[in-house]
Amino acid sequence: MTNLKGALSALIVAGSMASGAMADPVDDTLIINEELTIVTRTAAPAHVADVLDEVMSGWLFRGTETRAMQADDFDNPGMIFVEQAEDVWNTADGSEGKSCADCHGASSDMSDVRPTFPKWNDAAEKVFTLEMQINDCRENRMGAEKWKYTGGDIVNMTALLASVSRGKPVNVAIDGPAQSTWEDGKELYYTRTGQLELSCANCHEDSYGKMIRADHLSQGQINGFPTYRLKNTKLNSAHARFKGCVRDTRAETYSPGSPEFVALELYVASRGNGLSVEGPSVRN
Amino acid sequence: MRVSIITTIAAAVSATALGAAEIAPTAVSFEDGTVSQSLSGVAGDPASGSEIVGSKKLGNCIACHQVSDLADVPFQGEIGPSLDGAGERWTEAELRGIVANAKIMFEDTMMPSFYKTEGFIRPGNAYTGEAADDTFGPLLTAQQIEDVVAYLSTLKE
Repeated sequence: MTNLKGALSALIVAGSMASGAMADPVDDTLIINEELTIVTRTAAPAHVADVLDEVMSGWLFRGTETRAMQADDFDNPGMIFVEQAEDVWNTADGSEGKSCADCHGASSDMSDVRPTFPKWNDAAEKVFTLEMQINDCRENRMGAEKWKYTGGDIVNMTALLASVSRGKPVNVAIDGPAQSTWEDGKELYYTRTGQLELSCANCHEDSYGKMIRADHLSQGQINGFPTYRLKNTKLNSAHARFKGCVRDTRAETYSPGSPEFVALELYVASRGNGLSVEGPSVRN
Repeated sequence: MRVSIITTIAAAVSATALGAAEIAPTAVSFEDGTVSQSLSGVAGDPASGSEIVGSKKLGNCIACHQVSDLADVPFQGEIGPSLDGAGERWTEAELRGIVANAKIMFEDTMMPSFYKTEGFIRPGNAYTGEAADDTFGPLLTAQQIEDVVAYLSTLKE
């Protein structure tokens, strides 16, 4: 018994030392439900090749247990919210008496959508995030109320649309009419905000793989959003995460859905062109 | 006449007690990134400095730097260089300059400027995400900077 205890505590010490020393991303492959292989590491797209050789999913920077949770839909808490959104997808709402399915068919037919957002919207003459597109549908096609930008309803719906696209490569357009928004996002990515004067790049381009206090810095890719965080036990949108990051620079944040965060989302998404969509992912 | 001299002395004494010798963040004189003059006019306390370096609520230096002397503080970061031997590598004036505003010596460093109150983009009110208000001050006080410098000066390999 004493020996067992001794062995156990030795294991625990070894384990915590190992995780404390862990710095680089792991060498591992994400296969969901033993059938869907996710690209979590690939050559950097041309527009970031001057600063990164490879782009890597945040999945590679998380611990063994967290990675395992995402590999099985029964263990991924984010999938509960996908199921909830599937019900909403098939339920009529608003003055037109229509559901999403009435126009779009099955949610599983929507697998080409998530990979290309944010994208230019001709009618609105601006870049739309997936949330903006969903709310545009609700207001103008369904006659329904807009959802709050980072509220549960909309983040669940983005989780559903991500889930049916899992395994498809992120492929947002950065040229044509979206180019100036993309450039705004790039400028924001490199702007050192707040009293700590930190840019996205300081942590996620210059220092990924390193520990900052207890956090293992990733490349800040958003191919896994929305992400179920063990820390707050709910799905988190990219803009909610952006807000948290900017707040942590001791800055006045931008608002979710603001033109600044739309531009930043397009730019950050483009840095992950080629990685698989993997939302809803599981992270710390 | 005598009364006015006494008043003047009393005013001077109380001003000193309130920190008249303190150099404001906007008035620090850097020379090649170093600061030779004490910011508070009071000798730094290494024990207090050790607390500031290790505490998440104060300097939180170990978020980015490792310090073997603080081995009991968990989760030391890997962003900046280890501070072991900092007291041998740097003079007091260099340490003071680096802690107060490292960007003057190292232009592109990621290190925050701990004794600076101007020139920020979208400064916030601590970690609230709200805009800074009139309580906005430097990350560390003049005396806290002196304490950190005193502690770092004790780190010899």
